[in-house]
Amino acid sequence: MLNLNQRDTGTFLFVIIIAVLAPFIMNPFPTDSAMAQFNAGYPDLMQRFVIFGIFAIGFNILFGLTGYLSFGHAAFLGVGSYAAVWMFKLLSYNIVPALFLSVIIAGIFSLFIGFLCLRRSGIYFSILTLAFAQMSFAIAYSVLSNPKFNLTNGETGLQVYADDIQLFQVENLTTPHLFGWTMNTTYELTLSAWDFQFNVGYYVSACVMLFMFYISIRIFRSPFGLMLRAVKTNQTRLNYTGVNTRPHTLAAFVISGMYAGLAGGLLASMDPLAGAERMQWTASGEVVLMTILGGAGTLLGPLLGAGFIKYFENILSKINDNVLHAWFQYLPEWLENSLVWVLHWFTGKGWHLTLGLLFMIIVIFLPGGLMDGANRIREALRGRKAKKNLQTPVE
Amino acid sequence: MTLKNTTRRGVLKGGALAGAGLALPQILTAGSHSGYTNAPQGANVTLGFNVPQSGPYADEGADELRAYELAVEHLNGGGDGGMMNTFKVSGGSSMLKGNGILGKKVAYVTGDTQTKSDAARASAKSMIEKDGAIMITGGSSSGVAIAVQGLCQEAGVIFMAGLTHSNDTTGKDKKANGFRHFFNGYMSGAALAPVLEKMYGADRTAYHLTADYTWGWTQQESIQAATEAKGWKTANNVLTPLATTDFSSYVAPVLNSGADILVLNHYGGNMINSLTSAVQFGLRDKQVNGKNFEIVVPLYSRLMARGAGENVKGIFGSTNWHWSLQDEGSKAFVKSFGTKYGFPPSQAAHTVYCQTMLYANACETAGTFNPCGVVEAMEGLEFDGLGNGPTTYRAADHQCFKDVLVVKGKENPTSEFDVLEVVEVTPRAQVEYAPDHPMFAGGSLGACNPGA
Amino acid sequence: MDALLLQILNGLDKGSAYALIALGLTLIFGTLGVVNFAHGALFMIGAFCSVTLNKILNLSSTTIDETQKDFLGNPLKVKTPYVESWFGEVAGQSIIEWSVPLAIIFAIPIMLAIGVIMERGLIKHFYKRPHADQILVTFGLAIVLQEVVKAFFGANPIQTPAPDALSGVLDLGGAIGLQLSYPVWRITYFFFSVIVIGGVFAFLQFTTFGMVVRAGMQDRETVGLLGINIDRRFTIMFGVAAAVAGLAGVMYTPINPPNYHWGMDFLVLSFVVVVVGGMGSLPGAVLAGFLLGILESFASTTWATTTIPGINQIIIYLVAIIILLVRPRGLMGREGVMEE
Repeated sequence: MLNLNQRDTGTFLFVIIIAVLAPFIMNPFPTDSAMAQFNAGYPDLMQRFVIFGIFAIGFNILFGLTGYLSFGHAAFLGVGSYAAVWMFKLLSYNIVPALFLSVIIAGIFSLFIGFLCLRRSGIYFSILTLAFAQMSFAIAYSVLSNPKFNLTNGETGLQVYADDIQLFQVENLTTPHLFGWTMNTTYELTLSAWDFQFNVGYYVSACVMLFMFYISIRIFRSPFGLMLRAVKTNQTRLNYTGVNTRPHTLAAFVISGMYAGLAGGLLASMDPLAGAERMQWTASGEVVLMTILGGAGTLLGPLLGAGFIKYFENILSKINDNVLHAWFQYLPEWLENSLVWVLHWFTGKGWHLTLGLLFMIIVIFLPGGLMDGANRIREALRGRKAKKNLQTPVE
Repeated sequence: MTLKNTTRRGVLKGGALAGAGLALPQILTAGSHSGYTNAPQGANVTLGFNVPQSGPYADEGADELRAYELAVEHLNGGGDGGMMNTFKVSGGSSMLKGNGILGKKVAYVTGDTQTKSDAARASAKSMIEKDGAIMITGGSSSGVAIAVQGLCQEAGVIFMAGLTHSNDTTGKDKKANGFRHFFNGYMSGAALAPVLEKMYGADRTAYHLTADYTWGWTQQESIQAATEAKGWKTANNVLTPLATTDFSSYVAPVLNSGADILVLNHYGGNMINSLTSAVQFGLRDKQVNGKNFEIVVPLYSRLMARGAGENVKGIFGSTNWHWSLQDEGSKAFVKSFGTKYGFPPSQAAHTVYCQTMLYANACETAGTFNPCGVVEAMEGLEFDGLGNGPTTYRAADHQCFKDVLVVKGKENPTSEFDVLEVVEVTPRAQVEYAPDHPMFAGGSLGACNPGA
Repeated sequence: MDALLLQILNGLDKGSAYALIALGLTLIFGTLGVVNFAHGALFMIGAFCSVTLNKILNLSSTTIDETQKDFLGNPLKVKTPYVESWFGEVAGQSIIEWSVPLAIIFAIPIMLAIGVIMERGLIKHFYKRPHADQILVTFGLAIVLQEVVKAFFGANPIQTPAPDALSGVLDLGGAIGLQLSYPVWRITYFFFSVIVIGGVFAFLQFTTFGMVVRAGMQDRETVGLLGINIDRRFTIMFGVAAAVAGLAGVMYTPINPPNYHWGMDFLVLSFVVVVVGGMGSLPGAVLAGFLLGILESFASTTWATTTIPGINQIIIYLVAIIILLVRPRGLMGREGVMEE
């Protein structure tokens, strides 16, 4: 199907099914139950899953295939967001021109930065990208937000004001939309104790994500993808055989920059505000973590990693002591209090601690990331029969 | 599926078919909703407390959270009632009876803003979309406040700002669904300038170090204007990057600049570090133009001032509220907070406690949780007994007008909480300004948005 | 002229902190080939050693004073530090006052131990793993360390002043007719860092142990083949690197009150310094530290910021980019280190 081999078709279909049914899958617990805290099936988080999925898929094309570890990809995400919001400000809330411009701008920006940074490799490359990203952040946060020439609106974040130009603005469409289909429209389905939310923005982002995922599979399987893997394996040898690797790595850099720009544009389309923190090095670090955590160089890994980090960030930080007490109220009081006291350090304000511990545990015990874990489970389920297939590469 | 173009939410109501074991979705029209976002169903009403729990302001966030928990306890009839007992609105006592809000028990959810506008909006959205929060409140920086205020306006819920001192929050970024109890840069300037003139004389030259982002600029602008009106000159205004940790290279040139006052338009960690550097360089022991060199920190926070230790002694600034105030409201609040937690509340705690009480009172007055009703009840509300004297929520920009405290670092603190002393309570009339004042111009409130 | 000298002095002072942190980081790179994202956290922990010692010295007995009232109107609890009751008020107070210099003695064994435990318990298992995995696991560790510190000490900065004798300002230019005064503690910090840096170099240069380590940095396998237990020495070097970072942190606390976030604040900067200096080069790291410190000071002068607005925001990164584009391996980097 779609020029994919059987295995990839299976993977792709799997992702499609998950994406379409996400509102159900992410909401396994009844709305009023104590476990509802763990539900992730609300529009904002589902949108984040797929948008950061796109970001990580793109990053994986550079890092997973070529091994070049960029610490500056958040800059492209941020530039994409700014471009999109400017389109909202100048033209209209239609997301098509916004996404288009965010990809283009991020492409140009990454071409420039990639051209300079790819002259170095290894950690020198990483620090160069980091330096560019931090410069972009500092410039966006203060230099370009001065009242005389306000391109980014600094600390507050770029947003659309009522007195903006908006040349082609349609009456009544005061939020981002796709030809009249507003992103924040949500349909609710109540099935006995469960509430499911179907959000237009989520499905638009999911469609984009599926398309970008498909492209990424094609890149992975193309001669170009093979060339990139060769760069990762042994760039020197490739150079000796007379191949100029720079154009290939640059292409990969720009492609992944455009993915980041698209993700940034989509973020702004779901929520028309672009903040400079999106460009900070911690944001760049986050996509690195997503990719490695999920499994660098695998197709599904980045999506998994993005989901993992965003899930814990959004769910864990909301579990306060009050919620903990509600969970354990059926236990004897001394047990309830001691359990709450222990968990207190790991949830709510302590969510960073849990995340840090999870990073360490996963990377110590699963060298190939979450995909490695998934494969191990699969192998274990298949039992001894699968032993012969162990040689197949992790995908 | 039915789709109404103007509504934010369509509703598909389904019920499980009894006995058949099969669930067939049943489509109902939006009539079952009460016409505004997250209308409380059942016996509870959910508020969303969105405070920094990680990042540099985590301690202020933690204090805000304590105050919210206290406010919820009081609203639900627990504890000693705190400021609920002293809270008066024009023409009588408040509508709060300690039986929740409009008879519904107050429940709450919390989230982490991380002091980043993106994360704060994500957290607020999850409270609105997932937990059905009817009101969002909290925050410890202006960027976050403005970002979340904008979100609440779009989503159709009320936003009761926490700590936000930038003029823009109720200036060019004001929103109909948002309300600010905290004071702002202009008020700091208006309150401080007369005291500074009295203390240090009219013939002074100030050197400003300013955090290089929106809040810093608006505060610097306000202070400069207010002090220049009193005859001060401004030698220089140097912008410092937010990420600066060592301010020595900005502080070092101050002495040779001819200025005899250093104004630090910094907050939080920036303020502590720049003040520490300034004291290290011996600025306070110097004589310039025959006068003692002085340092001013326009916006004080007691929690943060503690981090600067000895260095704050004798340094003037302004603050929204301080626990040593002796009016009935403040005393009641300090007592119930102190009894519960063992230390006095910060201004952040005070502000968010007031905001929660004010919101609850507005719902009671309006008889509904509908944001438009709440906005109407809140606009022009005059109240007293919440620790700041007679206060008005101005209808034109949703800014609170109340007395401003001019404080200075205490010379002989008796405890670790006793860092600041109140020098003057600047009367409200002195810090008022017209809604169309140039520093607040641009932007408009728009209409209240009840959402779906 | 005064202003220029002042900025150079300031640059040296800033640079000494950068150089100290970068030195430790390079030691770890050079010896173990590990990208240690937890190095900033070690600096932070060092600073909190100083805070902890201060808290320990301030452990107090509580007596209730009926004459004074606390904020709730209850009798005030007066705290007297045990050291004051043991050694008398004057001696006790001066012990507390000198807590930061004392913390140096306190921090060295702690930081050495933390370094060795970290290497043996965690880093050891990551030598053969890709750099990306090392980054992830040390980053996770950095988060864990900083969150643990936050759980104990809160998020707000904590003031840890220098002893009175070492605070205040020193007039450096009075004799030659210049207006040039500088805080005593900052000058102390500069000399302290020179001593530590000198000590580390001397240790590597003039001791047999150091010689073996240097040989191991050049060619680990051969040294191993010669029957030398190079791993054990590298473990000790990791401890030394942690101690250097920790000492940098201890002495930095009077300059800026420490908070739990310091590790992340200094992490990016220290990596930039190390890479600008060149991977695997100790002198390079020190040189780059001082260079970037001085450039940063110059960029924050009014003259610089009016010529190029915002230059103070980006100078470090701009310099890093230019140097790396002009010199492929930074100032003094060796070929083949971390280039794959």
